[in-house]
This record gives sequence, C-alpha cells and structure tokens, in this order.
Amino acid sequence: MDPIRESLLKTSKKTRRERRGRIITFACILLIVVMVAALLLFVTFKGLATFFVNHVNPISFLFGTNWNPGQKNPQLGALPMFLGSILVTIFSAIVATPFAIGAATFMTEISPRTGKKFLQPVMELLVGIPSVVYGFIGLTVFVPLMRNLFGGSGFGILTATLVLFVMVLPTITSMTTDALNSVPRNYRESSLALGATRFQTIYKVVWRSATPGIMTAVVFGMSRAFGEALAVQMVIGNAALMPHSLISPASTLTSILTMGIGNSVMGTLENNALWSLALLLLLMSLLFNMLVRWIGRRSSLK
Amino acid sequence: MKYKKLLSLLVLPILAVSLSSCRIKIKGEQLTVVGSTALQPLVEAASDEYIQSLDGVFVNVQGGGSGTGLSEIQQGAVDIGMSDLFAEEKAGIDPKKLEDHRLLVTGIAPVVNKKVKVTNLTSKQLKDIFTGKVTNWRDITGQDLPIIIVNRANGSGTRYNFEKIVLKGQDAKSAQEQDSSGMAISIVSSTPGAISYVSFSYLKDSVLQPKVDGVKPTQANVRNNRWKIWSYEHLYTQKNPSALTRSFLNYLKSDEVTEMIKSMKYIPTSEMEVSRDVSGHVRGAK
Repeated sequence: MDPIRESLLKTSKKTRRERRGRIITFACILLIVVMVAALLLFVTFKGLATFFVNHVNPISFLFGTNWNPGQKNPQLGALPMFLGSILVTIFSAIVATPFAIGAATFMTEISPRTGKKFLQPVMELLVGIPSVVYGFIGLTVFVPLMRNLFGGSGFGILTATLVLFVMVLPTITSMTTDALNSVPRNYRESSLALGATRFQTIYKVVWRSATPGIMTAVVFGMSRAFGEALAVQMVIGNAALMPHSLISPASTLTSILTMGIGNSVMGTLENNALWSLALLLLLMSLLFNMLVRWIGRRSSLK
Repeated sequence: MKYKKLLSLLVLPILAVSLSSCRIKIKGEQLTVVGSTALQPLVEAASDEYIQSLDGVFVNVQGGGSGTGLSEIQQGAVDIGMSDLFAEEKAGIDPKKLEDHRLLVTGIAPVVNKKVKVTNLTSKQLKDIFTGKVTNWRDITGQDLPIIIVNRANGSGTRYNFEKIVLKGQDAKSAQEQDSSGMAISIVSSTPGAISYVSFSYLKDSVLQPKVDGVKPTQANVRNNRWKIWSYEHLYTQKNPSALTRSFLNYLKSDEVTEMIKSMKYIPTSEMEVSRDVSGHVRGAK
C-alpha cells in the first residue's frame, strides 16, 4: 500500500499517547469514585445497623439525652454530642470570622505588601501545625486559664471554642483573602472616583461583592471545626451530658467516637451506635459541602 | 485491549500491597499482639527481649483497647489479644472459642487532687462520689470544694473493673471522660477537687493516693486481697495456638519477665494468694 496513505489511516503515535493518558486519568478517577462510594456505603450500612438490626428508635437516638451504650440497659441518645459539635462549630466560626475578615482586608486592601510579607506566612504556618499540638497547648494554657477565670474544671465548650478558633482562623482568612482579591479592580476605582473614602469603598463595595466568597470561607472553616477530633477531645472534657453552660464539660460526636471505638467489639450494639454517630458526622459534612455549592451557585447568578 | 489495560492498572496496586506484606512473612515468623493499653508497655518491653534471642521472629505489639483485643482474637486476625476484662464480660464475644492466659494482676487506686486534704476514704464514700450522691468535698473532708469526677472512657477496662468493684452494679454518674490513664492522672493533678482512678503502674506523687477503708494501695495488699480493687490482665489466644504463640506465652511467664512485671508495679499471677472468678468470688487458694 502507499506509505503515505498507510500513515494517514493508522493511529498516530500522538493519538496513542493521548489515549493512554486518557485511560490512566480515567482509571484514577474511577478508583477514587469507587473508594468514595465504598466508604459511603460502608458507613451507611454500619450506621443504619443500630436501627435495623438492634431496633433502636431513630427519633430517640437523635433526641435522647443519655448516652450509655455499654450498659445492660443501653441508652442511646446522641443529642448531647450532636449539640456539643454544633455549638463549638458555630461559636468558633462566630469568633474567628471578624478576625479573619479583618486580617484579609488588611492583606488585600490596606497593606498588601506587609500582608504578603508577614501575615500570609504566619497563616500558612498555622495550617501546618498538627492538631495534637493545638490540643496540647489548649490543655496546658487555656484549660487552667479558663479555670482561673470562670471556675469549674476548665474543660468545656468555651475552651474548645478557643482552640478551634485558632485552628479555623487560617482557613477562613486565606479563603476570604482570595474572595477579596477576586473583586475586580474597577469596582474600587469607580467607588473612589465617585468620592467614597477608602473605608466606604471597603465596607460598601469590596465586602458586599465578596460576600458569597466570604460565606464559603466561613462554611469551610465550620466544616473543619465540625470534623476536628483530637484537639477538641483533649480540652472539651468528653462528658456525654447536655451542655448547660459554656464552662461545664461537654462532648462532640468526634470525641465520643474516637474514645469509644477501641473499647467495643464489632457487630455489638455498642459498636453499631458509634457507627451511627459516624454516619451523623458524614451527613453533616455532606450538608456543609452542599451549602458551599449552593452559595457558589447563587453568587454566580449575579 | 482498552479494558485489559484498565484492569491491569487497577490490579497493580493491589498486587503491590499484597506482595509487600508477603515479604515480611517470607523472612521469618511473626506474632501479632493487640489490645489493652494497660498491658501494652509490658508486652512491648518483653517482646524486645524475646526477639533478640530468636532469629527471624518478629513480635508486633499494638494497643487499640480491650474491645479491639477481644474482637480481633475472636476473628483470628491476631495471635494474642490483650484484655482487662474476662471474655465473658464483653458483649459480642464467645468465650468458648478462646483460651485465657492470666499473666498478671493490676491494682486500681483512686487518685485525688492535692488541694483536697483526704487521707482515707471509706468504700461507701467512694461509691457515693462516683454515683453522684455526694457532689462537694464538704460532706467528706469538710472542705468546701466541688468534686470533679474524671472517668475513663465508656467501655474502658479500668473503668469497668473499678465500677464493678466499687459501685457494685449501680450506675455511675455521667461525667468528664478521658481516653488514657496518663491523661486522667495529669488532669487530676492540675484540677482542684478532681478525683479519678488509675492502675497502680500509673500512680504518681503529683496526686494524693488515699487509703480505702484504712488499707493502703500497695502490691502487698493486693496479693492477699486486703486491697479489693484489682483486676486480672488477660492474654487471650484461640484454642490450640501455634507453637510460636505458646513459646512467647511461656517466655512471658519466665523469671526475667516476672522481674519486669514487678518493676512496673504489677503483680504476677503466680504471686497472688487469692484467685477471683468472673462473678467476683474470691478463693483463698493459689
């Protein structure tokens, strides 16, 4: 056959390379999808076993206030832990957000150079510190401090909030910085050209148009706080009691989960109950993810 | 063609993982011991000595808790499961499948923060504290200081044994919980009014160790059962364990390890003057 014709009809080297690349990337994605699906299915099946195998009432599981899964008459009320998780998450976000917005505004609007030089490296440093270190600092510094200031044992939601505040601050700050940076330059220029002061520009133009981005940042920070286990476990006191004050020992889903899993036998009610907590945790992080996407979609409509 | 390649891509990592795990096994025999963190330091130290005397044997010691130890040995996933509890006492475990090797006894002692001036507690007072009947040290020592209970995690062996002996079946008050004995004792030493309980090997001078009913928490008092709060530490194997497992268990009963046990403030089972069964009945014979 004519060699030119042949070379035109055959798949070229580049096409083959491209195909190979496509197969590799596809396989990687497939592997990840399979893994995520397996994980979701596993946690769901194990978590639902409490209700379908052990016939625990889901309503009493969600709203019960006593947690004693190992006793002869097991009590499975997850509300204290759920509430504990929610409270530390919300409080730490409330405390961290103003600081994060302040720092981000300083870095983008007021003094970008100092911000890049000092604040950003500091924030990046904070992200790199392992959570056990935060927990340890919380235990040795914040717990005695809270005890001396407010009495009690020093363990509780307030101390956990303070530790989580430091942990979520860099997440919220860096994402807020990105959001502020993505505000088009001509918005600021138009505002200044209309005679607005710098503060008015920041307050009425930059923050306003970056609001969806800032909200995404806060939700990301909250989902980090909600899932954090080790540092919180060290300072919250881990008492499966309804939190009746900020300075009394409480617990979170993660702290009860990590403490109990090694002490129970697979397949027993005690173990299944912990998997149900894990399922609850998973559903909550799904909710956070959906919230982030929802905010993103809403802002893109504008 | 396309799918074959895809398949090989998926199979390769699995193959690599299984091959790498094989390599350890080909080199020599290995033993895996998993479970109670109370026993872990001792078995770890003993296994270091043990593998030095034997070529190509590797002993892998891991914690994970009594529940993990019992469930892993029941599934046959490990060679030895360490537990603070009798297999009969744990839900979901079939004791008939397992062989119990009681290696040693550990005493459990209440520990109190130094700000509380207390040298003796009666067993009734101890019970009242942990069931929540008494909430202020005023009713026990006359000092006005709220009692802060630091429990061990729900399901922990130390907690189970302490509550079984001290509370005699009554429900404990829900309170602060800590994952490890080390953490519990450091919290008690720094928190005014705090009380907890740890096994003897964790006792430190940074906390008060009150007598209970006039008896001091010492190894000698545990031996003759004058100090009643103690528990066995079990090593569980499946029925008919391998030769290597047997040889390691025998080594743990050797004089060398017995010395190690004593230096870590545990009591070898062979030195106990009494024995106790699952239901708590104490017999005087060795």
